[in-house]
Amino acid sequence: MIKEHVDIDDIIERHPGKPESLIFLLQDIQAAYNYISPEAMTLVCDHIGVPLTQAYAVATFYQSFSLEPKGEHEIRVCLGTACHLKGAPRIVSELERRLGIKPGETTKDLKYSLDTVNCLGACALAPVSVVDNEYQPNTTTPKLVRLLDKMVSE
Amino acid sequence: MAQSQLAEQENGMRIQSIEALDALRQDILAHQDPKRPILIVCHGTGCLANGSPKVSDALRKAIAKAGFQAKVMPGIKTTGCHGFCSRGPLVIIKPAGLFYQQVKAGDAEEIVNTTLIKGDPVERLLYRDPNTKEPIPLEKEIPFYKHQQRVILRNIGKVDPTDIHDTIAAGGYQALAKTLTTFSPEEVISVVEKSGLRGRGGAGFPTGRKWRSAVAAKQKRGGPVYLVCNGDEGDPGAFMDRTIMEGDPHAVLEGMIIGAYALGCNQGFIYVRAEYPIAIKHLIIAMDQARAMGLLGQNILGTGFNFDIQINRGAGAFVCGESTALFTSIEGRAGEPRPKYVRSVEEGLWGKPTVLNNVETWANVPIIIEKGADWYNQIGVPNSTGTKVFSLVGKVNNVGLVEVPMGIPLGKIVEKIGGGVPGGEPFKAVQTGGPSGGCIPYALKEVAVDFDSLTKAGSMMGSGGMIVMDRRDCVVDVARYFLKFLEEESCGKCLPCRLGITRMREMLDTFSQGRGNKQDLDDLMGLAEAIQDGSLCALGGSAPNPVLTTVKYFKDEYLVHIEQQRCPAGVCKDLITYHIDSEKCTGCMVCARNCPQKCISGERKNPHQIEAETCIRCGICMDSCKFEAVQVS
Ligand SMILES: Cc1cc2nc3c(=O)[nH]c(=O)nc-3n(C[C@H](O)[C@H](O)[C@H](O)COP(=O)(O)O)c2cc1C
Ligand code: SF4
Ligand code: FES
Ligand code: FES
Repeated sequence: MIKEHVDIDDIIERHPGKPESLIFLLQDIQAAYNYISPEAMTLVCDHIGVPLTQAYAVATFYQSFSLEPKGEHEIRVCLGTACHLKGAPRIVSELERRLGIKPGETTKDLKYSLDTVNCLGACALAPVSVVDNEYQPNTTTPKLVRLLDKMVSE
Repeated sequence: MAQSQLAEQENGMRIQSIEALDALRQDILAHQDPKRPILIVCHGTGCLANGSPKVSDALRKAIAKAGFQAKVMPGIKTTGCHGFCSRGPLVIIKPAGLFYQQVKAGDAEEIVNTTLIKGDPVERLLYRDPNTKEPIPLEKEIPFYKHQQRVILRNIGKVDPTDIHDTIAAGGYQALAKTLTTFSPEEVISVVEKSGLRGRGGAGFPTGRKWRSAVAAKQKRGGPVYLVCNGDEGDPGAFMDRTIMEGDPHAVLEGMIIGAYALGCNQGFIYVRAEYPIAIKHLIIAMDQARAMGLLGQNILGTGFNFDIQINRGAGAFVCGESTALFTSIEGRAGEPRPKYVRSVEEGLWGKPTVLNNVETWANVPIIIEKGADWYNQIGVPNSTGTKVFSLVGKVNNVGLVEVPMGIPLGKIVEKIGGGVPGGEPFKAVQTGGPSGGCIPYALKEVAVDFDSLTKAGSMMGSGGMIVMDRRDCVVDVARYFLKFLEEESCGKCLPCRLGITRMREMLDTFSQGRGNKQDLDDLMGLAEAIQDGSLCALGGSAPNPVLTTVKYFKDEYLVHIEQQRCPAGVCKDLITYHIDSEKCTGCMVCARNCPQKCISGERKNPHQIEAETCIRCGICMDSCKFEAVQVS
């Protein structure tokens, strides 16, 4: 998704220059830019006085952070227990095949990112997926494929 | 705004004394007309995903259009999840309590004209008994609700979580006022101890005892004590804590403030899972409103007691729900568990005494204080008092969030509240306790749902996930699913956890591919024991549970996979074939169009066939067929 431009200095100034601000900063940067660039990482480390290696250790430990730009469209398929039982793995396989990427990856043309999550809290509507922040209750592969086709034609 | 102005404005809203809180509550109630119709639209995650914002907008417009007089103008209120998500979007009409299900924006005018103006129900939106097809108009009469005991969820679905006045009118912060006026910190701890409250986050540790140890540690060491709320909710198929944080955030805050008073603590933290943006939003709104009213922050209710809360968002790591990993994460580092030579009540956050409790545990505290320990410990059974909230999902008719007294038979939850398995056959098993728990077979359906009985059955209470499985769910597949989840979530610090879980998963892979042998089953047990013994935290320690219980209760099903290369449930991809039932197939061609392999042939209006050699068993044909003609064998 295209995000509005946010000034990175504004984000950095929002949090006190202390080591425990690291995760807050990475989260805000991830939210604003969809990924954490090397430049952003350096700015963060200078601000809070944490070595780059430690910041990268944190950024790679947590699943929410991406060190590479995400695609224009983000598809997240729930693989929580309820969704698993209702056939979510089949949806993921088909998306992998169509997009030629694995979960966690982005297509070369930077159009789509595919991710899986564990429970979106709407288990009653399983299987659930989220496309560009919009919930798709009772997702089926044909339904998702139609949605993808629509995105391509737009 | 200048600082002084801001302070002045805030002071204007601040409640300076306990009496003022009561006066405010009376004032809010006096201004409410109990006869005024209110349309409650569920804005919980499930209903939002199902389009409830469009419903509330349409209702608002329809009301405006109908031109009610100001005095009888119906109100609209949006609330958290009512629990019955599979019927959403839900609209409840107060004061009568009419229950409308699966409401669409297009129904709004009819609801206004028929129900609000004429006073009649809209028949087609009513819930119907699945057997008799008779409508059941009132929410409280619906079996899904009738067999529940909603104590912790009592306000969810009634109050607007973004308006503190609504919570105060419903009795919110009364327990805090009672605490600050009538109890010493020591007395609060005694009440919690006497109530028998045990932690709702998984392990079931007695809450009062935890608090007492923290106070002792604080006295011994001096310095601050911290208080933390665990809202990481890692169980991948459960949403109790989310619903509480979204639907009644003040209950969590009030519980924490009371706890802080008991512990002499001035700073608390709520650690919320990354995927819960609405919970975070509602907590922030609730905290801002509570601060503005003098219920949180400096000089709470004019008593001189100070306590504030910070929210930390998780960043997507299951292991961060574990106490020491959670503390490390709040400190801004990678959340790896630490050895617990010293317990966290003594050395937790920043090495200080810290009390960590689960969201639901905190939400239990106000009602215990308000009604007393003796009232509370009458609910449930002696060693597991109170109620427990479960998210009941999977192959069950009424999917949603339920609250029951502890000790209730498992079968009653699934059959009475959940309405049983679609199609009416008995359930095959119920998975409780998430990745650390196990599968309980139908034969044990009378097992009491409490901490000790579930552990005895080989599973555990866990945080409250309850996944109903039927004939078409494969236990090998479910065990493999949890191992795969834990394999990805292991922090990798301990060898037995990191390698052992992977090895177990690989062995289950071979079973599901029909390549296993009987010896593997014994090796699996040996490996399970090694992982249990050699892991630092409970992620590894409990990882083998899903496998152990399924082997214990469903050994035959494992053996069929191993010896006959067959998956009786028709799930394990390598052991099944898809075929089309020529009786049911109408020749609509939808499956053939969707098949990525183009291996389905047949003329329009004539039964189709699947070519087995080219079929990759993706299941798309089955998902797209509207006539259930595609079957597995
Ligand atoms: C791997 C792992 C994950 C956990 N995840 C959670 C969680 O998501 N929520 C939670 O409340 N407790 C979780 N726990 C349990 C906590 O460590 C801790 O026992 C609990 O928060 C204490 O609160 P309680 O006594 O109120 O239950 C987890 C434990 C482990 C080992
Ligand atoms: S048991 Fe597993 S998750 Fe827990 S500390 Fe060891 S490696 Fe990490
Ligand atoms: S398991 Fe998918 S939404 Fe809960
Ligand atoms: S979200 Fe509406 S009932 Fe659960």
